[in-house]
Amino acid sequence: MTNVIVLADRADGALTKVTLEMLTLARGLGSPVAVITGPGADADAARATEYGAASVVLDPAAATEPVGRDVDLLAAAVAHFNAATVLVASNAAGKETAGRLAIRVGGGVVTDAVGVNADGTAVQPIFGGAMTVTTRVAGVAVVAIRPSSVPAEPAAGAGTVVALDVPASDRRRAQITASVEGQRSSRPDLAAADVVVSGGRGMGSADGFALVEQLADTLKGAVGASRAATDAGWYPHRFQVGQTGTTVSPQLYVALGISGAIQHRAGMQTSKAVVVVNKDREAPLFELADFGIVGDASTVVPALIAEIERRRA
Amino acid sequence: MKIVVCVKQVPDSWSERQLRADHRLDRDAAERVINDLDTYAVEAALQIVEQHGGETLALSMGPASAEEAVRKALQMGVDAGAVVTDDALAGSDAVATARVLAAAIASLGADLVVMGVESTDAKMSVVPAMVAEVLGWPMLTQAQALSIDGATATIERQTATGHDVVQADLPAVVSVVEKFNEPRYPSFKGITAAKKKTVDVLTLAGLGVDPTTVGTAGSPTSVAAAQPAPTRGAGVIVDEDPAAISALVDFLAERRLV
Repeated sequence: MTNVIVLADRADGALTKVTLEMLTLARGLGSPVAVITGPGADADAARATEYGAASVVLDPAAATEPVGRDVDLLAAAVAHFNAATVLVASNAAGKETAGRLAIRVGGGVVTDAVGVNADGTAVQPIFGGAMTVTTRVAGVAVVAIRPSSVPAEPAAGAGTVVALDVPASDRRRAQITASVEGQRSSRPDLAAADVVVSGGRGMGSADGFALVEQLADTLKGAVGASRAATDAGWYPHRFQVGQTGTTVSPQLYVALGISGAIQHRAGMQTSKAVVVVNKDREAPLFELADFGIVGDASTVVPALIAEIERRRA
Repeated sequence: MKIVVCVKQVPDSWSERQLRADHRLDRDAAERVINDLDTYAVEAALQIVEQHGGETLALSMGPASAEEAVRKALQMGVDAGAVVTDDALAGSDAVATARVLAAAIASLGADLVVMGVESTDAKMSVVPAMVAEVLGWPMLTQAQALSIDGATATIERQTATGHDVVQADLPAVVSVVEKFNEPRYPSFKGITAAKKKTVDVLTLAGLGVDPTTVGTAGSPTSVAAAQPAPTRGAGVIVDEDPAAISALVDFLAERRLV
Protein backbone atom coordinates (compact mmCIF):
# COMPACT_ATOMS: atom_id res chain seq x y z
CA MET A 1 0.00 0.00 0.00
CA THR A 2 1.17 3.50 -0.78
CA ASN A 3 2.58 5.48 2.12
CA VAL A 4 1.18 8.92 2.97
CA ILE A 5 3.29 11.11 5.25
CA VAL A 6 1.61 13.37 7.82
CA LEU A 7 3.66 16.05 9.59
CA ALA A 8 2.13 16.37 13.05
CA ASP A 9 1.05 19.88 13.98
CA ARG A 10 1.47 20.32 17.74
CA ALA A 11 0.57 22.93 20.32
CA ASP A 12 1.42 22.87 24.02
CA GLY A 13 3.09 19.47 23.61
CA ALA A 14 0.04 17.74 22.12
CA LEU A 15 -1.23 16.88 18.65
CA THR A 16 -3.72 19.47 17.40
CA LYS A 17 -7.12 18.59 15.96
CA VAL A 18 -5.94 19.14 12.38
CA THR A 19 -3.26 16.46 12.91
CA LEU A 20 -5.95 13.90 13.77
CA GLU A 21 -7.97 15.09 10.77
CA MET A 22 -4.93 14.65 8.50
CA LEU A 23 -4.31 11.13 9.83
CA THR A 24 -7.98 10.28 9.13
CA LEU A 25 -7.63 11.69 5.61
CA ALA A 26 -4.35 9.82 5.05
CA ARG A 27 -6.00 6.48 5.98
CA GLY A 28 -8.33 6.91 3.01
CA LEU A 29 -5.36 7.36 0.68
CA GLY A 30 -2.94 4.73 1.91
CA SER A 31 -0.83 3.84 4.89
CA PRO A 32 -0.28 6.85 7.20
CA VAL A 33 3.25 7.67 8.40
CA ALA A 34 3.20 10.21 11.25
CA VAL A 35 6.29 12.43 11.55
CA ILE A 36 6.27 14.01 15.02
CA THR A 37 8.89 16.59 15.96
CA GLY A 38 9.75 18.72 18.96
CA PRO A 39 10.01 18.18 22.72
CA GLY A 40 7.65 15.45 23.94
CA ALA A 41 7.25 13.93 20.46
CA ASP A 42 7.62 10.40 21.89
CA ALA A 43 4.59 10.88 24.12
CA ASP A 44 2.39 11.77 21.13
CA ALA A 45 3.15 8.56 19.21
CA ALA A 46 0.32 6.70 20.99
CA ARG A 47 -2.24 9.35 20.05
CA ALA A 48 -1.15 9.26 16.38
CA THR A 49 -1.48 5.47 16.47
CA GLU A 50 -5.06 5.75 17.81
CA TYR A 51 -5.88 7.73 14.68
CA GLY A 52 -4.33 5.23 12.31
CA ALA A 53 -0.59 5.85 12.03
CA ALA A 54 0.93 2.66 10.59
CA SER A 55 4.45 4.04 11.10
CA VAL A 56 5.79 6.77 13.34
CA VAL A 57 8.97 8.82 12.93
CA LEU A 58 10.00 10.70 16.08
CA ASP A 59 12.43 13.60 16.53
CA PRO A 60 12.08 15.01 20.04
CA ALA A 61 14.84 17.64 19.70
CA ALA A 62 13.78 21.28 20.10
CA ALA A 63 13.82 23.22 16.84
CA THR A 64 16.80 25.55 16.48
CA GLU A 65 15.39 27.25 13.40
CA PRO A 66 11.81 27.62 12.15
CA VAL A 67 10.73 24.60 10.03
CA GLY A 68 14.28 23.66 8.89
CA ARG A 69 14.61 20.39 10.79
CA ASP A 70 11.07 19.37 9.80
CA VAL A 71 12.01 19.80 6.13
CA ASP A 72 15.14 17.63 6.60
CA LEU A 73 13.10 14.89 8.32
CA LEU A 74 10.28 14.95 5.80
CA ALA A 75 12.71 14.76 2.89
CA ALA A 76 14.32 11.69 4.50
CA ALA A 77 10.88 10.18 5.18
CA VAL A 78 9.74 10.74 1.57
CA ALA A 79 12.81 8.82 0.39
CA HIS A 80 12.57 6.05 3.01
CA PHE A 81 8.83 5.41 2.58
CA ASN A 82 8.80 6.15 -1.16
CA ALA A 83 5.83 8.45 -0.49
CA ALA A 84 4.02 10.42 -3.20
CA THR A 85 1.89 12.50 -0.82
CA VAL A 86 2.84 14.58 2.23
CA LEU A 87 0.20 16.31 4.34
CA VAL A 88 0.97 19.31 6.56
CA ALA A 89 -1.30 21.74 8.43
CA SER A 90 -2.24 24.80 6.39
CA ASN A 91 -0.87 27.33 8.85
CA ALA A 92 2.12 29.66 8.56
CA ALA A 93 4.74 27.07 9.56
CA GLY A 94 3.06 24.25 7.63
CA LYS A 95 2.95 26.24 4.40
CA GLU A 96 6.63 27.21 4.67
CA THR A 97 7.55 23.61 5.36
CA ALA A 98 5.52 22.59 2.29
CA GLY A 99 7.26 25.15 0.09
CA ARG A 100 10.78 24.17 1.08
CA LEU A 101 10.02 20.45 0.94
CA ALA A 102 8.58 20.68 -2.59
CA ILE A 103 11.78 22.32 -3.81
CA ARG A 104 13.97 19.83 -1.89
CA VAL A 105 12.28 16.63 -3.12
CA GLY A 106 11.02 17.77 -6.52
CA GLY A 107 7.29 18.18 -6.11
CA GLY A 108 4.51 20.70 -6.03
CA VAL A 109 2.45 22.41 -3.35
CA VAL A 110 -1.26 22.94 -2.82
CA THR A 111 -2.20 25.09 0.20
CA ASP A 112 -5.54 25.57 1.99
CA ALA A 113 -6.74 22.21 0.70
CA VAL A 114 -9.98 20.80 2.10
CA GLY A 115 -9.51 17.30 0.71
CA VAL A 116 -7.34 14.91 -1.29
CA ASN A 117 -8.96 12.54 -3.81
CA ALA A 118 -8.01 8.89 -4.28
CA ASP A 119 -6.18 9.83 -7.52
CA GLY A 120 -3.95 12.20 -5.53
CA THR A 121 -5.56 15.42 -6.76
CA ALA A 122 -6.18 18.06 -4.10
CA VAL A 123 -9.36 20.08 -3.64
CA GLN A 124 -9.03 23.72 -2.67
CA PRO A 125 -11.37 26.70 -2.40
CA ILE A 126 -9.97 29.85 -4.05
CA PHE A 127 -10.95 33.53 -4.07
CA GLY A 128 -12.15 33.08 -0.51
CA GLY A 129 -14.43 30.18 -1.39
CA ALA A 130 -16.12 31.66 -4.47
CA MET A 131 -14.68 28.79 -6.54
CA THR A 132 -13.35 25.30 -5.90
CA VAL A 133 -10.41 23.96 -7.90
CA THR A 134 -9.02 20.45 -8.20
CA THR A 135 -5.26 20.38 -8.69
CA ARG A 136 -3.04 17.64 -10.04
CA VAL A 137 0.56 17.51 -8.80
CA ALA A 138 3.48 16.01 -10.72
CA GLY A 139 6.14 14.51 -8.45
CA VAL A 140 5.64 14.51 -4.69
CA ALA A 141 2.35 16.25 -3.77
CA VAL A 142 2.86 18.38 -0.67
CA VAL A 143 -0.62 19.35 0.46
CA ALA A 144 -1.39 21.79 3.27
CA ILE A 145 -4.74 20.88 4.84
CA ARG A 146 -7.04 23.51 6.31
CA PRO A 147 -8.31 22.73 9.83
CA SER A 148 -11.90 21.39 10.17
CA SER A 149 -12.01 20.18 6.55
CA VAL A 150 -12.68 16.54 7.42
CA PRO A 151 -13.90 14.94 10.67
CA ALA A 152 -11.24 13.21 12.80
CA GLU A 153 -12.18 9.56 13.42
CA PRO A 154 -10.08 7.18 15.51
CA ALA A 155 -9.03 3.80 14.03
CA ALA A 156 -5.99 2.11 15.53
CA GLY A 157 -2.91 1.67 13.35
CA ALA A 158 0.19 -0.45 13.89
CA GLY A 159 2.20 2.56 15.10
CA THR A 160 5.57 0.97 14.33
CA VAL A 161 8.31 3.39 15.32
CA VAL A 162 10.79 3.75 12.48
CA ALA A 163 14.19 5.32 13.20
CA LEU A 164 15.54 7.45 10.37
CA ASP A 165 19.13 8.60 10.37
CA VAL A 166 18.88 12.27 9.45
CA PRO A 167 22.17 14.08 9.99
CA ALA A 168 22.12 17.81 10.70
CA SER A 169 22.16 19.63 7.40
CA ASP A 170 25.22 21.67 6.45
CA ARG A 171 23.08 24.33 4.78
CA ARG A 172 23.39 27.91 6.00
CA ARG A 173 20.56 28.30 8.50
CA ALA A 174 18.65 30.76 10.57
CA GLN A 175 18.87 30.36 14.34
CA ILE A 176 16.20 30.93 16.97
CA THR A 177 18.06 32.95 19.62
CA ALA A 178 15.15 33.65 22.00
CA SER A 179 11.49 32.78 22.47
CA VAL A 180 9.38 35.47 24.07
CA GLU A 181 6.08 34.45 25.66
CA GLY A 182 3.33 36.94 25.10
CA GLN A 183 0.00 37.15 26.80
CA ARG A 184 -1.80 33.86 26.47
CA SER A 185 -5.37 33.97 25.33
CA SER A 186 -7.97 31.79 26.99
CA ARG A 187 -9.86 31.78 23.69
CA PRO A 188 -9.37 29.22 20.91
CA ASP A 189 -7.03 29.89 17.98
CA LEU A 190 -8.82 32.02 15.38
CA ALA A 191 -7.90 29.91 12.34
CA ALA A 192 -9.02 26.62 13.89
CA ALA A 193 -11.94 27.72 16.12
CA ASP A 194 -15.37 26.09 15.74
CA VAL A 195 -17.05 29.41 16.52
CA VAL A 196 -15.81 32.88 15.48
CA VAL A 197 -17.46 36.12 16.55
CA SER A 198 -16.19 39.14 14.58
CA GLY A 199 -16.77 42.84 14.95
CA GLY A 200 -16.54 45.61 12.37
CA ARG A 201 -17.00 49.31 11.91
CA GLY A 202 -20.50 49.06 13.41
CA MET A 203 -19.03 48.36 16.85
CA GLY A 204 -18.15 52.05 16.90
CA SER A 205 -14.99 52.00 19.01
CA ALA A 206 -12.36 49.85 20.74
CA ASP A 207 -14.71 49.75 23.75
CA GLY A 208 -17.40 48.30 21.49
CA PHE A 209 -15.23 45.18 21.12
CA ALA A 210 -15.95 44.24 24.74
CA LEU A 211 -19.36 43.08 23.47
CA VAL A 212 -17.73 41.03 20.71
CA GLU A 213 -15.52 39.35 23.32
CA GLN A 214 -18.47 38.69 25.64
CA LEU A 215 -20.46 36.94 22.92
CA ALA A 216 -17.36 34.99 21.84
CA ASP A 217 -16.87 33.81 25.42
CA THR A 218 -20.55 32.88 25.78
CA LEU A 219 -20.23 30.74 22.62
CA LYS A 220 -16.71 29.52 23.58
CA GLY A 221 -15.41 31.00 20.33
CA ALA A 222 -12.55 33.08 18.99
CA VAL A 223 -12.73 36.83 18.37
CA GLY A 224 -12.18 38.23 14.88
CA ALA A 225 -12.33 41.70 13.37
CA SER A 226 -12.83 43.29 9.98
CA ARG A 227 -10.03 45.23 8.37
CA ALA A 228 -11.93 48.47 8.98
CA ALA A 229 -11.87 47.72 12.72
CA THR A 230 -8.19 46.71 12.85
CA ASP A 231 -7.14 49.66 10.68
CA ALA A 232 -9.02 51.93 13.08
CA GLY A 233 -6.93 50.42 15.91
CA TRP A 234 -9.97 49.01 17.73
CA TYR A 235 -8.58 45.47 17.79
CA PRO A 236 -5.09 44.03 17.04
CA HIS A 237 -4.22 43.25 13.41
CA ARG A 238 -3.55 39.58 14.09
CA PHE A 239 -7.29 39.05 14.63
CA GLN A 240 -8.21 40.37 11.21
CA VAL A 241 -10.44 38.03 9.19
CA GLY A 242 -10.26 38.55 5.44
CA GLN A 243 -8.22 38.47 2.29
CA THR A 244 -5.12 39.95 3.88
CA GLY A 245 -5.75 38.44 7.32
CA THR A 246 -6.80 35.02 8.55
CA THR A 247 -9.13 32.79 6.55
CA VAL A 248 -11.63 31.03 8.81
CA SER A 249 -14.09 28.23 8.14
CA PRO A 250 -15.85 27.62 11.47
CA GLN A 251 -19.11 25.81 12.23
CA LEU A 252 -20.54 29.22 13.17
CA TYR A 253 -19.45 32.69 12.09
CA VAL A 254 -21.15 35.65 13.76
CA ALA A 255 -20.55 39.05 12.11
CA LEU A 256 -21.42 42.08 14.22
CA GLY A 257 -21.55 45.46 12.51
CA ILE A 258 -19.63 44.21 9.45
CA SER A 259 -21.00 45.41 6.12
CA GLY A 260 -19.24 42.66 4.17
CA ALA A 261 -16.70 44.14 1.75
CA ILE A 262 -15.40 41.48 -0.65
CA GLN A 263 -12.12 41.71 1.26
CA HIS A 264 -13.87 40.40 4.37
CA ARG A 265 -16.13 37.86 2.66
CA ALA A 266 -13.07 36.21 1.12
CA GLY A 267 -11.90 35.30 4.62
CA MET A 268 -15.13 33.76 5.97
CA GLN A 269 -17.54 32.68 3.26
CA THR A 270 -16.79 28.98 3.62
CA SER A 271 -18.13 29.09 7.21
CA LYS A 272 -20.79 26.43 7.76
CA ALA A 273 -23.38 28.76 9.37
CA VAL A 274 -23.32 32.56 9.20
CA VAL A 275 -25.17 34.95 11.51
CA VAL A 276 -25.17 38.66 10.63
CA VAL A 277 -26.20 41.58 12.81
CA ASN A 278 -26.19 44.99 11.12
CA LYS A 279 -28.18 48.21 11.35
CA ASP A 280 -28.02 48.61 7.59
CA ARG A 281 -30.58 46.40 5.85
CA GLU A 282 -28.57 46.82 2.61
CA ALA A 283 -25.29 45.49 4.08
CA PRO A 284 -23.92 43.01 1.48
CA LEU A 285 -23.03 40.47 4.17
CA PHE A 286 -26.76 39.69 4.61
CA GLU A 287 -26.45 37.86 1.24
CA LEU A 288 -24.32 35.23 3.01
CA ALA A 289 -26.41 35.11 6.20
CA ASP A 290 -28.23 31.96 7.26
CA PHE A 291 -29.77 34.09 9.98
CA GLY A 292 -29.67 37.88 9.97
CA ILE A 293 -30.96 40.50 12.35
CA VAL A 294 -31.37 44.06 11.13
CA GLY A 295 -30.52 45.90 14.31
CA ASP A 296 -27.90 47.50 16.48
CA ALA A 297 -25.25 45.10 17.79
CA SER A 298 -24.99 47.14 21.00
CA THR A 299 -28.54 46.07 21.95
CA VAL A 300 -28.81 42.74 20.06
CA VAL A 301 -25.70 41.22 21.65
CA PRO A 302 -26.66 41.78 25.33
CA ALA A 303 -30.17 40.47 24.61
CA LEU A 304 -28.72 37.43 22.83
CA ILE A 305 -26.30 36.65 25.67
CA ALA A 306 -29.13 37.00 28.20
CA GLU A 307 -31.39 34.63 26.21
CA ILE A 308 -28.62 32.02 25.81
CA GLU A 309 -27.86 32.17 29.55
CA ARG A 310 -31.57 32.00 30.45
CA ARG A 311 -31.94 28.79 28.44
CA ARG A 312 -28.77 27.28 29.88
CA ALA A 313 -29.91 27.98 33.43
CA MET B 1 24.14 46.66 1.26
CA LYS B 2 22.09 45.70 -1.78
CA ILE B 3 18.45 44.85 -1.12
CA VAL B 4 16.19 43.21 -3.67
CA VAL B 5 12.46 43.60 -2.96
CA CYS B 6 10.16 41.23 -4.80
CA VAL B 7 6.82 42.67 -5.89
CA LYS B 8 3.90 41.05 -7.68
CA GLN B 9 1.15 42.53 -9.77
CA VAL B 10 -2.23 41.09 -8.74
CA PRO B 11 -5.92 41.70 -9.45
CA ASP B 12 -7.28 44.14 -6.89
CA SER B 13 -8.48 42.07 -3.92
CA TRP B 14 -11.36 44.51 -3.41
CA SER B 15 -12.90 43.43 -6.72
CA GLU B 16 -14.58 40.25 -8.03
CA ARG B 17 -11.93 37.92 -9.43
CA GLN B 18 -12.37 35.03 -11.83
CA LEU B 19 -10.65 32.24 -13.71
CA ARG B 20 -10.42 31.98 -17.50
CA ALA B 21 -11.65 28.93 -19.41
CA ASP B 22 -8.11 27.46 -19.22
CA HIS B 23 -8.28 27.71 -15.37
CA ARG B 24 -5.70 30.47 -15.23
CA LEU B 25 -6.27 33.70 -13.37
CA ASP B 26 -8.16 36.24 -15.50
CA ARG B 27 -5.81 39.18 -15.09
CA ASP B 28 -8.00 41.45 -17.22
CA ALA B 29 -11.16 40.98 -15.12
CA ALA B 30 -10.07 43.33 -12.37
CA GLU B 31 -7.83 46.33 -11.96
CA ARG B 32 -4.17 45.30 -11.67
CA VAL B 33 -2.34 46.63 -8.64
CA ILE B 34 0.83 45.97 -6.68
CA ASN B 35 0.20 43.19 -4.13
CA ASP B 36 -0.77 45.07 -0.98
CA LEU B 37 1.51 42.98 1.27
CA ASP B 38 4.54 43.72 -0.95
CA THR B 39 4.31 47.41 -0.08
CA TYR B 40 5.25 46.43 3.50
CA ALA B 41 8.37 44.74 2.08
CA VAL B 42 9.21 47.89 0.12
CA GLU B 43 8.82 49.97 3.29
CA ALA B 44 11.09 47.56 5.21
CA ALA B 45 13.79 47.78 2.52
CA LEU B 46 13.62 51.58 2.40
CA GLN B 47 13.94 51.79 6.19
CA ILE B 48 16.99 49.49 6.24
CA VAL B 49 18.71 51.59 3.57
CA GLU B 50 17.81 54.82 5.39
CA GLN B 51 19.53 53.42 8.51
CA HIS B 52 22.50 51.62 6.97
CA GLY B 53 22.93 53.02 3.45
CA GLY B 54 22.92 50.93 0.32
CA GLU B 55 20.75 50.43 -2.72
CA THR B 56 17.33 48.94 -3.38
CA LEU B 57 15.99 47.17 -6.43
CA ALA B 58 12.40 46.05 -7.06
CA LEU B 59 12.10 42.73 -8.90
CA SER B 60 8.99 41.28 -10.47
CA MET B 61 8.12 38.35 -12.69
CA GLY B 62 5.09 38.43 -14.93
CA PRO B 63 3.62 39.79 -18.13
CA ALA B 64 4.99 43.11 -19.46
CA SER B 65 2.39 44.95 -17.34
CA ALA B 66 4.23 43.76 -14.19
CA GLU B 67 6.43 46.82 -14.74
CA GLU B 68 3.52 48.87 -13.29
CA ALA B 69 3.99 47.14 -9.91
CA VAL B 70 7.73 47.83 -10.07
CA ARG B 71 7.02 51.49 -10.92
CA LYS B 72 4.86 51.75 -7.81
CA ALA B 73 7.83 50.58 -5.71
CA LEU B 74 10.06 53.13 -7.50
CA GLN B 75 7.54 55.87 -6.65
CA MET B 76 7.79 54.87 -3.00
CA GLY B 77 11.56 55.39 -3.20
CA VAL B 78 13.20 52.19 -4.47
CA ASP B 79 16.24 53.02 -6.64
CA ALA B 80 15.82 50.76 -9.67
CA GLY B 81 13.72 47.95 -11.05
CA ALA B 82 13.87 44.71 -13.03
CA VAL B 83 11.10 42.64 -14.59
CA VAL B 84 11.53 39.06 -15.75
CA THR B 85 9.11 38.73 -18.61
CA ASP B 86 9.00 36.02 -21.24
CA ASP B 87 6.18 34.26 -23.12
CA ALA B 88 7.44 30.94 -21.75
CA LEU B 89 6.58 32.06 -18.20
CA ALA B 90 2.80 31.97 -18.72
CA GLY B 91 1.14 29.48 -16.37
CA SER B 92 4.05 29.29 -13.90
CA ASP B 93 3.07 27.95 -10.48
CA ALA B 94 4.79 28.71 -7.17
CA VAL B 95 7.70 26.31 -7.77
CA ALA B 96 8.40 27.69 -11.26
CA THR B 97 8.06 31.28 -9.99
CA ALA B 98 10.52 30.61 -7.17
CA ARG B 99 13.05 29.15 -9.61
CA VAL B 100 12.86 32.23 -11.83
CA LEU B 101 13.03 34.72 -8.95
CA ALA B 102 15.99 32.85 -7.46
CA ALA B 103 17.80 32.89 -10.81
CA ALA B 104 17.15 36.63 -11.16
CA ILE B 105 18.34 37.32 -7.60
CA ALA B 106 21.51 35.28 -8.19
CA SER B 107 22.14 37.24 -11.38
CA LEU B 108 21.41 40.68 -9.89
CA GLY B 109 23.30 39.97 -6.68
CA ALA B 110 21.84 40.79 -3.25
CA ASP B 111 22.78 40.89 0.43
CA LEU B 112 19.16 40.79 1.47
CA VAL B 113 15.92 39.81 -0.26
CA VAL B 114 12.69 41.19 1.21
CA MET B 115 9.26 39.89 0.22
CA GLY B 116 5.66 40.25 1.38
CA VAL B 117 4.41 37.23 3.28
CA GLU B 118 1.94 36.25 0.56
CA SER B 119 0.17 37.53 -2.52
CA THR B 120 -3.51 38.36 -2.26
CA ASP B 121 -4.35 36.36 -5.41
CA ALA B 122 -2.82 32.92 -4.86
CA LYS B 123 -2.53 33.40 -1.07
CA MET B 124 -0.14 30.46 -0.74
CA SER B 125 2.59 32.07 1.33
CA VAL B 126 5.20 29.61 0.03
CA VAL B 127 7.31 31.58 -2.47
CA PRO B 128 9.66 33.31 0.03
CA ALA B 129 10.52 29.94 1.62
CA MET B 130 10.96 28.35 -1.81
CA VAL B 131 13.27 31.13 -3.04
CA ALA B 132 15.43 30.73 0.08
CA GLU B 133 15.53 26.98 -0.49
CA VAL B 134 16.52 27.30 -4.16
CA LEU B 135 19.25 29.83 -3.32
CA GLY B 136 20.39 27.80 -0.31
CA TRP B 137 20.10 30.93 1.84
CA PRO B 138 18.71 31.17 5.38
CA MET B 139 15.04 32.02 5.62
CA LEU B 140 13.76 34.69 8.01
CA THR B 141 10.04 34.60 7.33
CA GLN B 142 6.91 36.11 8.92
CA ALA B 143 8.95 39.01 10.27
CA GLN B 144 7.12 41.59 12.37
CA ALA B 145 10.42 43.42 13.04
CA LEU B 146 13.79 43.41 11.25
CA SER B 147 17.19 44.79 12.17
CA ILE B 148 20.60 44.55 10.53
CA ASP B 149 23.87 44.48 12.46
CA GLY B 150 26.90 44.13 10.22
CA ALA B 151 26.42 40.92 8.26
CA THR B 152 23.65 39.58 10.51
CA ALA B 153 19.91 40.02 10.13
CA THR B 154 17.57 39.58 13.11
CA ILE B 155 13.80 39.32 12.97
CA GLU B 156 10.91 38.84 15.36
CA ARG B 157 8.65 36.06 14.16
CA GLN B 158 5.15 35.80 15.58
CA THR B 159 4.32 32.51 17.31
CA ALA B 160 1.06 31.21 18.79
CA THR B 161 1.91 32.59 22.20
CA GLY B 162 4.37 35.42 21.58
CA HIS B 163 7.34 35.72 19.26
CA ASP B 164 10.68 34.11 18.46
CA VAL B 165 13.83 36.11 17.81
CA VAL B 166 15.48 34.56 14.74
CA GLN B 167 18.91 35.43 13.38
CA ALA B 168 20.86 34.61 10.21
CA ASP B 169 23.99 35.65 8.39
CA LEU B 170 23.52 37.57 5.14
CA PRO B 171 22.68 36.97 2.41
CA ALA B 172 19.23 35.88 3.56
CA VAL B 173 15.58 35.98 2.50
CA VAL B 174 13.16 37.90 4.73
CA SER B 175 9.37 37.97 4.43
CA VAL B 176 7.38 40.59 6.32
CA VAL B 177 3.85 40.53 7.73
CA GLU B 178 1.37 43.39 7.71
CA LYS B 179 2.07 44.16 11.33
CA PHE B 180 5.62 45.17 10.35
CA ASN B 181 5.08 48.82 9.52
CA GLU B 182 2.88 51.29 7.67
CA PRO B 183 3.93 51.62 4.01
CA ARG B 184 4.58 55.20 2.92
CA TYR B 185 2.54 56.80 0.16
CA PRO B 186 4.49 57.96 -2.89
CA SER B 187 5.15 61.70 -2.65
CA PHE B 188 4.75 64.00 -5.64
CA LYS B 189 8.55 64.20 -5.76
CA GLY B 190 8.76 60.41 -5.62
CA ILE B 191 6.31 60.03 -8.49
CA THR B 192 8.30 62.50 -10.62
CA ALA B 193 11.63 60.89 -9.75
CA ALA B 194 10.31 57.41 -10.56
CA LYS B 195 9.79 58.42 -14.19
CA LYS B 196 13.55 58.78 -14.60
CA LYS B 197 14.47 55.49 -12.94
CA THR B 198 15.33 52.49 -15.09
CA VAL B 199 13.50 49.20 -15.14
CA ASP B 200 15.55 46.48 -16.83
CA VAL B 201 13.83 43.69 -18.69
CA LEU B 202 15.34 40.29 -17.94
CA THR B 203 14.69 37.26 -20.15
CA LEU B 204 14.98 33.57 -19.39
CA ALA B 205 17.82 33.26 -21.90
CA GLY B 206 19.64 36.12 -20.21
CA LEU B 207 19.24 34.42 -16.81
CA GLY B 208 20.21 31.02 -18.18
CA VAL B 209 16.87 29.48 -17.16
CA ASP B 210 15.75 26.51 -19.25
CA PRO B 211 12.26 27.50 -20.56
CA THR B 212 10.98 23.92 -20.11
CA THR B 213 11.45 24.26 -16.32
CA VAL B 214 8.99 27.16 -16.09
CA GLY B 215 5.54 28.07 -17.39
CA THR B 216 2.80 25.48 -17.76
CA ALA B 217 5.25 22.76 -18.84
CA GLY B 218 7.66 23.25 -15.96
CA SER B 219 5.08 23.68 -13.19
CA PRO B 220 4.41 20.63 -11.03
CA THR B 221 0.86 21.71 -10.28
CA SER B 222 -1.93 22.03 -12.83
CA VAL B 223 -5.60 22.75 -12.30
CA ALA B 224 -7.68 19.78 -13.48
CA ALA B 225 -11.10 21.28 -12.77
CA ALA B 226 -12.70 24.44 -11.41
CA GLN B 227 -16.29 25.01 -10.36
CA PRO B 228 -18.07 27.93 -8.75
CA ALA B 229 -18.87 27.06 -5.13
CA PRO B 230 -22.52 26.13 -4.57
CA THR B 231 -24.51 29.25 -3.76
CA ARG B 232 -25.91 29.48 -0.27
CA GLY B 233 -29.67 29.22 0.16
CA ALA B 234 -31.40 32.44 1.14
CA GLY B 235 -31.29 32.92 4.89
CA VAL B 236 -33.81 34.27 7.37
CA ILE B 237 -33.51 38.06 7.83
CA VAL B 238 -35.60 39.64 10.59
CA ASP B 239 -35.84 42.99 12.36
CA GLU B 240 -34.52 43.39 15.88
CA ASP B 241 -37.10 42.49 18.57
CA PRO B 242 -37.39 39.90 21.37
CA ALA B 243 -38.91 37.34 18.99
CA ALA B 244 -35.89 37.75 16.68
CA ILE B 245 -33.48 37.07 19.55
CA SER B 246 -35.43 33.98 20.56
CA ALA B 247 -35.54 32.74 16.94
CA LEU B 248 -31.77 33.23 16.66
CA VAL B 249 -31.14 31.15 19.79
CA ASP B 250 -33.48 28.47 18.34
CA PHE B 251 -31.39 28.57 15.14
CA LEU B 252 -28.17 28.09 17.15
CA ALA B 253 -29.69 25.37 19.35
CA GLU B 254 -30.91 23.36 16.33
CA ARG B 255 -27.32 23.28 15.11
CA ARG B 256 -25.95 22.45 18.58
CA LEU B 257 -23.99 25.70 18.61
CA VAL B 258 -25.07 26.86 22.07
